Amino acid sequence: MRVDWRTSASLVGTVLKSLTIPLVAMVLVAVWYGEQVEPFAIPAAVTFAAGLGLERFDRGDLGLREAYLMVAVTWLAIAFVGALPFVIAGEGALAQPINAMFEATSGITTTGATVIESFDAHGRTIHLWRATLQWLGGLGILVLAVAVLSQISVGGAQLMETETQTENVTKLTPRIEETARLLGAIYLGLTALMVVTLLGLRAVGLAPNVGIYEAVAHAFTAISTAGFSPEPLSIGAYSPAVQWATIPFMFVGATNFVLLYFLLKGDFGRLRDSEEFRFYLGVVLGLSALTAGFLITDQQFQGIEPVARHALFQVVSIVTTTGYATVDFDLWSPAAKHMLFLGMFVGGMAGSTTCSIKALRWLVVVKSFRRDLFTEVHPDAIRPVRVSGRVVDEETIRDIYGYVLLSLIIFAVFTVFIITDTTRSATVVGEFDAMGAAASTFLNIGPAFGAAGPYGTYNVFPETTKVAMIVLMWVGRIEIIPVLVLLTPAYWRS
Amino acid sequence: MRVIIVGAGQVGSSIAASLSQDHDVVVIDIDSERVESLTYSLDVLPVEGDGTDVETLEGVDVTDADMVIASTDDDETNIVTAGTAKTLGDAFTIARVKSPKYLDAWERSKGAFGVDFMVCTDLLAAKSIVGIIGLPTALDVDMFADGLVQMTEFEIPADSPVANQTIKEADRFDSLTFAAIIRDDAVLIPRGDTVIEAGDDIVAIGSPDSMRGFSSAIAPQEEGPTEVVIVGGGEIGYQTALLLDERGLKSTIIEKDEDRARWLAEQLPNSTVINGDATDQELLETENVGLADALVAALENDQQNLLATLLAKRMGTSRTIAITNNGDFADLFETVGVDVAVSPREATAEEITRFTRARRAENVSIIDGDRAEVIELEIDAESVLVDRPIRDSTADLPEGVVIGAITRDGRLITPRGDTVVEVGDHVVVFTDTGVVSEVTEKL
Repeated sequence: MRVDWRTSASLVGTVLKSLTIPLVAMVLVAVWYGEQVEPFAIPAAVTFAAGLGLERFDRGDLGLREAYLMVAVTWLAIAFVGALPFVIAGEGALAQPINAMFEATSGITTTGATVIESFDAHGRTIHLWRATLQWLGGLGILVLAVAVLSQISVGGAQLMETETQTENVTKLTPRIEETARLLGAIYLGLTALMVVTLLGLRAVGLAPNVGIYEAVAHAFTAISTAGFSPEPLSIGAYSPAVQWATIPFMFVGATNFVLLYFLLKGDFGRLRDSEEFRFYLGVVLGLSALTAGFLITDQQFQGIEPVARHALFQVVSIVTTTGYATVDFDLWSPAAKHMLFLGMFVGGMAGSTTCSIKALRWLVVVKSFRRDLFTEVHPDAIRPVRVSGRVVDEETIRDIYGYVLLSLIIFAVFTVFIITDTTRSATVVGEFDAMGAAASTFLNIGPAFGAAGPYGTYNVFPETTKVAMIVLMWVGRIEIIPVLVLLTPAYWRS
Repeated sequence: MRVIIVGAGQVGSSIAASLSQDHDVVVIDIDSERVESLTYSLDVLPVEGDGTDVETLEGVDVTDADMVIASTDDDETNIVTAGTAKTLGDAFTIARVKSPKYLDAWERSKGAFGVDFMVCTDLLAAKSIVGIIGLPTALDVDMFADGLVQMTEFEIPADSPVANQTIKEADRFDSLTFAAIIRDDAVLIPRGDTVIEAGDDIVAIGSPDSMRGFSSAIAPQEEGPTEVVIVGGGEIGYQTALLLDERGLKSTIIEKDEDRARWLAEQLPNSTVINGDATDQELLETENVGLADALVAALENDQQNLLATLLAKRMGTSRTIAITNNGDFADLFETVGVDVAVSPREATAEEITRFTRARRAENVSIIDGDRAEVIELEIDAESVLVDRPIRDSTADLPEGVVIGAITRDGRLITPRGDTVVEVGDHVVVFTDTGVVSEVTEKL
């Protein structure tokens, strides 16, 4: 059986059609702020028409192949539509099509890497559109990971199966749509909670420069662990109270939403029993402590509170793959910077909006390696690898090893590519900065080091590097495999 | 009493043999050869047929039967047989099962499936193994009165500090009664001045704590086991590992079949599962079986169990326990060097036998083949013990009877001369097999 691309196209059409809603909302926002309406009105019309057109293709059953195709194409298509407003608005660096595509891809993949040179060059609506793209990207990955990937067995899906068998997502409710809706509701609720929290801080005088616009723009990009901010200084532009308040929302955004669901139902046992959660929490606290230690020896900040705040904030931001910053960590000592670099590869929990390799995969790798050490001593022993008391089957372990290895290889090759490509175009990028940029884009984190640091811009990179980054943000977000599968001849043959 | 036994396998025929002396026994089996061999070996009525079949059951007048014991090798057949018998008559139905899952379901609503009593052979065996492992000097362990009272048969080694002490000297435990000493095939009822000799088997009844206390008095150098090796991951091995795990003891299981080994490893997160042949000396050496505190052999057949335990013993394992399916081998096993031989059949027979008594004992434990019994009875108004001190009532009881423990309202009372027994008390009594019926009648 050949792949039934019509079904995939038709489904992409439906997604594009629904993208009209946020675009129309942006039109209203633009009217409210008295800004240009065309950048959103035109794409709204275009995407509605395109969506309607694609939907006309015959829709059959969504099989494995069709799902791969749909997932891969959807993210690209949304990025393309998402780039239109930037181009039409024609402001600043985003006017340039590749930059616009970079920014939109960075948005929809919840990366948070930006090519903006001057934040003031863009209107409030454009900044809000950046945030909205990230919010949609977070929602999309949540629904995808939970509802779609758990049905078709891909890297992320097997994760869901192994890690969440009790928390088996598909079993939250008997129907997938219902489950997706439930998790969507939690996502929406958390976003609203963050808006209320920030406005509450303002009401008690702890957040003087936070208005409803700032609250919404940041709530959209914190829960989605994405990291765009309308401020060039990111969260650093706000009071320490706002910075502290943002930490738990990033942390929760990268926590398994199924666990959150049970937590809301008053079931604390699952969270307590989740080894992945403990691992995730341990990584965050451990890296924060190390970073704080380096910051103290470096005498970067005066007093315990700023050290604790900046260390914890930066680590949570990087590990959850959000990418906010409260300070230009590019100015930190190499030791502290390398803590963040290490954190880039961890990621939050599976079944959340987080990106990167994810705590669950590392946990399985660590456990299976420990098992291998045991079987060195007891060659005939049979010792299944367990996560939270549940047995992970051997095939999944192999897949996870494969995924981690593949991620590291892509990272390494991409680093080499960035260095050669920048050398070719006579841009000076250091070894560590190239590694940071490669990891940060491919693992969907956002800021890196050097020119692409938290207060810098990716616009320094040559076009070719930016295009490669667009592709790898896309590949990384949908967990590599669906894209690679599309590249195999077997996929297209019957 | 008229008893119908369905299934003439090892357990079935052993029960038939012990019942045939006093009762009318009908044995149904589907296998014609087995039926034929029974005809010549036992004084029972063997019938060829299917126990789940209404016609077969009616053919042996199930309506008039007092008891139906379903004891085939197949759990489902046994349950259906009991259920069918229940619909046809009013016999007391006993079903033997291997899988604890049926016992678990049945225990939630006793009488379910039309089964009046369900006995899980493998679980019984596992419990008895775990009891024995827990007490380094025990040969046999049985629980009474919901676990308040424990009967233990201790073996006194030559170098034991208890050897050559009098009972009075050895009795330093409040809630422990020395019920009997088995010396050279004779059962002695101990007095205060009886001297304990090396090689004696002592039957003690009392609280589980006092049993542990006495065990360390017998062998102070023996600590509780920490490393237990189970060879054979069948149902008994699996249940043993589960029970050990409940007690916080780690076990290593050696299982030959790879799929089964994997299954075990998945079910038992705290055990180490080794996929290999337990009679392969090299494997036993790699796994350092010699350093284990105890080894349990629960393989398919007795010969393999014997081989595995003897191999382990030679490598230095402190204590070896072997399952023997043929109860007759138990003595032989212990003679050639196995520390304890456990017979699941005997455990099952104990459980079933108590229902065949004129008065139903709450629990029965058979000591040393069939030399003596420890039974638990509920005291009614007619009992000779009621409302008077034990000192006075012992005169009315036959020789060879010791009252080991009394439980009242969930508490253990250690019987002394002046203890007054009340109606509703449970007494755990040691009795010589010869006087069992007289004792049960009087108590």
